[in-house]
Amino acid sequence: MLETEKLGKTYPTGDEALRDVSVRIDGREVVAMIGPSGAGKSTFVRCINRLVEPTTGSVRLDDTELTALDDDELRDARRNIGMVFQEYNLVERLTVMENVLSGRLGYVSNWAALRRNFPPEDVERAYELLDLVGLDDMENKRVDELSGGQRQRVGIARAVVQEPKILLADEPTSSLDPETSRDVMELLTDIAEDRDVPVLINIHEVDLAEAYADRILGLHAGELVFDGPASDLTEESKGVIYRGEEPPESAATDPDWLSGASDESSSRNGSNAGSDRVPAED
Amino acid sequence: MAGATREWSRFDARERLFRIGGALVAVAVVVASWEWLDMSLQYVTTAPAQVGDLLGRMYPPDWGYLPNAVGPLAETIQIAVVGTIAAVAMAAPVAYITAENTTPNRATYALGKLIVTVSRSVHTIVWALLFVVMFGPGALAGTVATAVRSIGFLAKLLGEEIEEINFGQVEGIRAVGASPAQLLIYGIVPQIKPALVGLTVYRWDINVRAATILGFVGAGGIGVQLFEAIDSFAWRTVSALLFAILAVVLVSEGISAYARRKVR
Amino acid sequence: MATESSSPTGSAGAADRRTWQRPTAFRSRRVKWLVYGIVLAVIAWSVTSLRITPGRFLSGFGYGYELINSMLPPETGQENLLRLADRMVETIAMAMVATVAGIGMSLPVAFGAAENISPRPTYYLSRGIISVSRAIDGLIVAIVAVIALGFGPLAGIVAISFKTIGFFSKLFAEDLEDIDMGGVEAVEATGASRFQTLVYGVVPQVVPRFAGLAVYRWDINIRSSTIVGIVGAGGVGVLLQRAYSRYEYDYVAAILVAIIAVVLVAEFVSAVVRRRVQ
Ligand SMILES: Nc1ncnc2c1ncn2[C@@H]1O[C@H](COP(=O)(O)OP(=O)(O)OP(=O)(O)O)[C@@H](O)[C@H]1O
Ligand SMILES: [Mg+2]
Repeated sequence: MLETEKLGKTYPTGDEALRDVSVRIDGREVVAMIGPSGAGKSTFVRCINRLVEPTTGSVRLDDTELTALDDDELRDARRNIGMVFQEYNLVERLTVMENVLSGRLGYVSNWAALRRNFPPEDVERAYELLDLVGLDDMENKRVDELSGGQRQRVGIARAVVQEPKILLADEPTSSLDPETSRDVMELLTDIAEDRDVPVLINIHEVDLAEAYADRILGLHAGELVFDGPASDLTEESKGVIYRGEEPPESAATDPDWLSGASDESSSRNGSNAGSDRVPAED
Repeated sequence: MAGATREWSRFDARERLFRIGGALVAVAVVVASWEWLDMSLQYVTTAPAQVGDLLGRMYPPDWGYLPNAVGPLAETIQIAVVGTIAAVAMAAPVAYITAENTTPNRATYALGKLIVTVSRSVHTIVWALLFVVMFGPGALAGTVATAVRSIGFLAKLLGEEIEEINFGQVEGIRAVGASPAQLLIYGIVPQIKPALVGLTVYRWDINVRAATILGFVGAGGIGVQLFEAIDSFAWRTVSALLFAILAVVLVSEGISAYARRKVR
Repeated sequence: MATESSSPTGSAGAADRRTWQRPTAFRSRRVKWLVYGIVLAVIAWSVTSLRITPGRFLSGFGYGYELINSMLPPETGQENLLRLADRMVETIAMAMVATVAGIGMSLPVAFGAAENISPRPTYYLSRGIISVSRAIDGLIVAIVAVIALGFGPLAGIVAISFKTIGFFSKLFAEDLEDIDMGGVEAVEATGASRFQTLVYGVVPQVVPRFAGLAVYRWDINIRSSTIVGIVGAGGVGVLLQRAYSRYEYDYVAAILVAIIAVVLVAEFVSAVVRRRVQ
């Protein structure tokens, strides 16, 4: 369970990227966060594992208050947060297996890290994940020899091998072609279900968000302006998220407007519970 | 529009002036240099004949001397090996403070630049002169001179490599909860390893050549024998030694090129 | 990259543990350890036969302290500084003349060493000259030249020119190899002779690179020029050697400061000019 409370971030440059964002993410939810460029999506996920230090508010993961930890404790806590990056952020000159195993670094000594000497269970788990993401027999390829889609799969495997309590993905698809983007989204949603972890995905493509997420968060200029099931994302709410339009009627004062009536514009594959999707081909 | 064109042509003319002016200055300086050196043309014209005469006296090389050169040649290589390794060890921290993205503050940055500059501007043979005073004649002085001379080169190029590091890769490792040492091992070292190995091997190759002359000032290596042979006009020994040096240098160049091709 | 994958015995077998070892850039793990072993052995052999002991090292620092004490403050006597200035001008003059002479001699070698324009035998001959020139240190050439031609700047100029040939020809030949052969063929197609082809097809393409390289080499030659005097081949090195052998370390310090200053100025000028001509 991840919970942020009035999370805020003002960069040293004076940009207020995030203001009072309170969100609770539970169970095996797939949550997509959408919003225009510069809305603060990256800032939000980075504040969760404190790659960016939030300036106000708090973040809790299960019983741990992440924002109260010192450096050592934070490192231990980060082991429970998997993160997938837009630019993959893999160690390019290392092999696929070394990159996947790097997800276990928090559990091994420096000396073992140097010798790439990971416990057999970790290696086994890494192999299983490589099979899962469709990279079997690629373990000894160097990452700089892979395509973007393959790299992102390695990135996902690295995050999942951590056995995290939550998986964060910052625009995992925006360097990929549409076909590969769908595969990656499918993979992430399958993982949420199979491993019973919540997944928070920053994403620009609204159609992908609607198709794969159970729930959608809309961010505009650092503020949370939409939070509801994917089926509730109306044209109006898109206007609010992307153009900062005032919400219709007195919705702003009524906390329930978010989960208001569904409408005709989101008639595409409405149910996204994941359970009815076929698993990725193996 | 017309104004812009005129601006452009004026700039072009200035550029051409700069070039012609530069060329004229260069020619003038060369002519003045020639005058200053006051070398009679006749003296210069006899030079080829004298060099030819010398080459004649070098032939045939005294191959029989070469077994005596094996030890000193080995010492030359050893000086290069130890000097290079010591230089790498000392250059690593200097590179760290010379790279703009890792240096702690302006003062350390300036210190790093100073070390690099001094190390690079003073030739190996001059460093050797100074270290002979400190350590006495012998290979130790030569090794230290080689190391000190190499620091600047290595630190400068390694520092540039550190400046090119992709911090996204480091961040990816940080996000999994790695320790600072693990960040170094996993996030940074793989990124600079090819450069580190390549530069080390390359510098070793340069140092093998440089170590052949250390003996001229008593700092060890094959230069000692070469200097003695030249001093006693044993030209056939000199030519044999030159061939031996050539062979050693070419072999180390080959090893260095091969190793640099291998790491990537 | 050669890798022996520690192959999984089948993707279905969940029970059997798969192991993994980091693949090696070498042909096999054994080759890797062999190479590491050889490298370590060479290092160990070097350290032991150079007999570098902490004791010798530490006692050296004592003398180092004395040396620095006797170097500071550097000599500032009028007469000595004038001699220094005089020799410094000679140093720069040597570098100038040697650069021009060296590049003059480099040109035929460079064209000979450019694979795309040179016939085979010339190519190999030129490459041979380049290898020899690069392999033999400038001071060795200088010391031989001093014996052959006597003390003085001429020996220095010969040595520096000789080193210029290897450097300049190698890099300039690479530029020549990079030229656009389309332009060359266009000139050739007009029925131009080989020489005309060179002048009209090749030269215009490489002039900027030529100028850049020339200035770069001039910068290096200034550096060499400051030290060839140590073996008597003229320039400020003569003064350095003399002061050193008379234990006038304060004068040595002054000379070193002057050398560093001149080298830095030359490096700066070279960098500026190279930026302008590119
Ligand atoms: N390191 C930083 N220093 C200063 N300001 C920053 C920094 N990173 C982001 N910002 C500012 O914070 C705001 C939010 O940026 P953020 O990267 O979180 O947006 P985003 O929603 O992820 O945008 P995109 O969709 O383009 O990735 C922007 O106004 C941006 O200029
Ligand atoms: Mg972003």
